Amino acid sequence: MKGDHHVILRVVAKALIPIIALYGFYVHFHGEYSPGGGFQAGVILAVCVILYSLIFGIAPTMRAITPGFARFIAGLGFIIYVGVGFWALAMGGNFLDYDALFREEPGGHLGQHTGIIVIEIGVLFAVAGSMVTIFYAFAGRVSEIRDEDW
Amino acid sequence: MTGFEGATLAIDLLNITLLTILFVVAIAIARLRSLFAIVMLSGIYSLVSATWFVALDAVDVAFTEAAVGAGISTALFLGAMVLTSRTAKAEKGAARIVPLLVVIATGAILIYATIDLPGFGDPTSPANTGVGVEFIERTYPEIAIPNIVTAVLASYRGFDTLGEVGVVFAAGLAVSLLLGFGERSLGASVREEDRLNALKKDEEKS
Repeated sequence: MKGDHHVILRVVAKALIPIIALYGFYVHFHGEYSPGGGFQAGVILAVCVILYSLIFGIAPTMRAITPGFARFIAGLGFIIYVGVGFWALAMGGNFLDYDALFREEPGGHLGQHTGIIVIEIGVLFAVAGSMVTIFYAFAGRVSEIRDEDW
Repeated sequence: MTGFEGATLAIDLLNITLLTILFVVAIAIARLRSLFAIVMLSGIYSLVSATWFVALDAVDVAFTEAAVGAGISTALFLGAMVLTSRTAKAEKGAARIVPLLVVIATGAILIYATIDLPGFGDPTSPANTGVGVEFIERTYPEIAIPNIVTAVLASYRGFDTLGEVGVVFAAGLAVSLLLGFGERSLGASVREEDRLNALKKDEEKS
């Protein structure tokens, strides 16, 4: 945290980053009604983390969201997605056949809704975790980006 | 239909303006040598093409382009650029002319292919008479969510989306395996810093 000529950037970013994160969650949970969904929301949440690390430095970011945690989230998301597929298999349906999740009568939509919500959470985790992991892999190779480097 | 011609003209002007901006930005990217400027311009390119997708009523695609193309890609390119030099070397000899020929040939083929495409928004086009109508009719009774794009992506084509998530995960894994050691050493130095700070705090307490 050297040099005070980034003070406006830091103050604005501090106010904006929570709003960006909130928008990411909105995009995720509103995916049934409006454009968006787990993929876009995951990218927006990853952008939050990346923006924070570009402005406040990579070390504080890694302390808040550790590289291991990002990798864990990425793997967990994929497992959640595949898990829904196996859940449907276990209930006697085809792989990822959401109608079979609760063995509903035809016309019931609970299985479809649950399936979509759960796999979207899986997509969110996998995308956000993978993007942050990729960024950490690049950014972690250099300790600090100096202003003169640009 | 009064006013309809005016609306068409406005949409045409919008398309021409956006495509002109895209063309200018693409030429600038090809001519520039400063990598930082190129990364910033490619972010602008993504943002303008996202705007153009909105004009074409492809809101979901536009959203993804804005988030992935302008957001993540720019940040990742910046991260990658820091690891290499700041300017690209000028091409020499055949490397100057061959890419241009390839691009012109591909462009000519694509323009030739557009002759067979149905008009934009044509109600009798295959996309609007075949499977598209089927999805519009079946989504609400079967899935009961309003956004058809989400229903198609998450339910009807859930297996495709599983593959896409797998690709994203594999990309993260591959980059992590290739470059992960620097990340690890930085993580270790962060932990070391934490440990020293904790030690300092303990000393201050005692």
